[in-house]
Amino acid sequence: MDIKRKKQVSEWAVKTVMWISMSIVFLLVFSVIWTIFSKGCKAMSWSMLTKLPTAGTYLGGEGGFPNAIVGSLYIVGASTVLGLLVSIPVVFYLNVYLKTSSKLAYWLRLACDVLFGVPSIVYGAFGFTIMIFFGLRTSLLGGIIVITMLIIPIFIRTMDEATRNFPREILDASYALGATRWETLKVVVRQIAPGIATATLLSIGRAIGDAASVMFTAGYTDSIPTSLSQPAATLPLAVFFQLTSPIPEVVDRAYAAALVLTIIVLILSISGRFITNRFSKNKL
Amino acid sequence: MAIEIQHLNVYIKENQILKDICLTLPEKQITCIIGPSGCGKSTLLRTINRLIDSTEHVRLEGKVLVDGKDIIGSGHEITELRRKIGLVSQRPCPLPMSIFDNVAYGCRINRMYKKHRQLIYNVQKQLQAVGLWDEVRGRVRTSATRLSIGQQQRLCLARSLAVEPEYILADEATSALDPISSKTIEDLFVSLKSQYSIIMVTHTLHQALRIADNVVFMYLGEVVESGPARQIFEQPQQELTRKYLSGIFS
Amino acid sequence: MVKDKLAQSVMLGLCLFSILMVVTIAVGLYLKSSPVLENKSLWSLLSSSEWRPMKGEFGFFPFIIGTVWVTVLAIAMAFPISLFTAIYLTEYAKSHVKKFVFPALDILAGLPSVIYGVWGVLVIVPWISNRFAPHFVDFSSGYTILAAGIVLGIMVIPLLVSLFIEVFSSVPMELREASLALGATRWQTTHKVVLRKTLSGVAAATVLAVSRAMGETIAVLMVCGCVIGIPKSILDPGYPIPALIANNYGEMLSMPLYESALMFAALILFAVVLVFNLLSRIILYRLEKTQQ
Repeated sequence: MDIKRKKQVSEWAVKTVMWISMSIVFLLVFSVIWTIFSKGCKAMSWSMLTKLPTAGTYLGGEGGFPNAIVGSLYIVGASTVLGLLVSIPVVFYLNVYLKTSSKLAYWLRLACDVLFGVPSIVYGAFGFTIMIFFGLRTSLLGGIIVITMLIIPIFIRTMDEATRNFPREILDASYALGATRWETLKVVVRQIAPGIATATLLSIGRAIGDAASVMFTAGYTDSIPTSLSQPAATLPLAVFFQLTSPIPEVVDRAYAAALVLTIIVLILSISGRFITNRFSKNKL
Repeated sequence: MAIEIQHLNVYIKENQILKDICLTLPEKQITCIIGPSGCGKSTLLRTINRLIDSTEHVRLEGKVLVDGKDIIGSGHEITELRRKIGLVSQRPCPLPMSIFDNVAYGCRINRMYKKHRQLIYNVQKQLQAVGLWDEVRGRVRTSATRLSIGQQQRLCLARSLAVEPEYILADEATSALDPISSKTIEDLFVSLKSQYSIIMVTHTLHQALRIADNVVFMYLGEVVESGPARQIFEQPQQELTRKYLSGIFS
Repeated sequence: MVKDKLAQSVMLGLCLFSILMVVTIAVGLYLKSSPVLENKSLWSLLSSSEWRPMKGEFGFFPFIIGTVWVTVLAIAMAFPISLFTAIYLTEYAKSHVKKFVFPALDILAGLPSVIYGVWGVLVIVPWISNRFAPHFVDFSSGYTILAAGIVLGIMVIPLLVSLFIEVFSSVPMELREASLALGATRWQTTHKVVLRKTLSGVAAATVLAVSRAMGETIAVLMVCGCVIGIPKSILDPGYPIPALIANNYGEMLSMPLYESALMFAALILFAVVLVFNLLSRIILYRLEKTQQ
């Protein structure tokens, strides 16, 4: 009898601990979101999104942070396109041309996972030295280059995961019909499109939120850049630089920028999950 | 004591996997459940020891009486039930520990012995019972995964026996083995039936023919026919059974 | 056919480029940090506590200690929460529970570092300053190693949970059932079979989370206090390496040796993260392989 009781008690105790852990996770999610939304909504106004700061980033005065929104969009948009251009061919090469046991594939996956783990501050520092080497100053172009470097490994690995579940028999069927690998790729693309979409959303989320890498490379400015060689403001830096200001208007700008950034990231993450769910439903 | 199944229905989501099963599985005999794959044989076994609980969206109806107690209701002590019903699965799966610890595992989690000496004695006894003792004598402390597949399956049987079950469920226990190992396991089952009630799922009719005392033929989630092996094999009452068996008799 | 060949070589080139990127970063950082390495011995750089860039003294010890403190604290907090959450999700939870938890973890994983920083400044820092620290010390601004550890711990939870889930899923179902069939409870099965089988994977996942935590910059920078010195307790401010780089990078261009020292800091970070990542990834790859 005694042992049964003991089993029950320990089972119950462990379940309690697990429930506590999960509640902590939920509590944290709630706390973070609530903090950002409650502060952000109070500070938010239409002019925050549309009017450039009149008296400079660190001083009070009118205006918000459209410079940061536009800068972030420029950088993320351009590096997403560049990143896709590099990583889609690599993923195809990994999964269509190379055998599953290939050494090159192993090392490539390992390299991408390692690159994925490299802190963004290291990318920032490294990117900056490269820029100096080529005589570039902090600029939109610099930000684009570094963010592209940052998201390529994420692109490759997330797309790779999506493609690996892809049944290779379809490839064989396509070959059997006399298609070249190049033509087969088109078949593959149609199959893994949802995977690519999710990977893209994930990477955009990571790219738009990264502050440490664009700090030295894209810099910060109060105006909207009109060419690649001008510095560009970004949303995370708009939050970071303005949050510690003693002037309430500036701090409000930081809160509002944090809200915008959070909403963007939430939309990305929710739509990413939506796509994967749809994807798995269609597969079944 | 026997297992009695009364009007058992099993649903997974909206699909009915088992339909109105009524069966008596007699004690101290070998009962073979045969039928084409997907007919619900494994589900039936997993219901008897309630392993089916880990499947999602599952709904059970009816009664399964083990030693006269209904095990379908929620009040029943499931771990105790499972201790009483040993399981030998399709692929041998030694736990990630030594040979000794594998056999001792069940005794330890159920705190069956106060003294270590008794535990050692029991482990040795069970290893002897499955004929593994002489083969592993010097290396019971080494990892169980290094044994051959056939040895692993016997180890799994010893592991089940160590918790002193009354019933043994075997789910195609020989299908992953080579013919010689599979013969060894079969012989073991025959020798064990004086002490245990054995219920085994098999897809090879030859095996059922060789060792079964009773046969249950299932098709599409229903029991088509059940009874003593001799009767089922020689004079099947149902057309379906006849057709299925004709595979070996024609 | 020509198109096929061309495409193939382009793709091979891009692959090699990606692999080479790791090497390029390492070499680039090394070249940049070589001036300070020629000037000072490696040992004195790592063990000295003197940080006077203007006089050309670069002792990284306070920063290394700061990084270690913050990381250890973060992992100590995130590990149990993540482990139990992952166990619940793989061993216990029904799919309708997962439907709620996974999106929550997604959100945690997706939020940018700077948002955690804002949250830390608004919630954790005042809490430490007003509620927690007064029990132990007379005054604390709240910008402490503890604050950085908490914020960082939360940031690694989603990573740890997803890695743990991956690791636990590599254990075949039959193994669990073998244990359950012997009369073991779920928890006995989990800690005697699942955890035992995946010990190396759990360790690898943790090491990976450690390396992620070490490199995290902005959130930590916002709450850690950034005071140079060797912290005596978790209620002292700290100054981890990434924060050092981020805070000083703009202003050092006029002094070549200072720049070199900061690049050396980046090199340390890169080297440690590289080694940790390689180790844990190789273990995790093996685990994945045995599963198939």
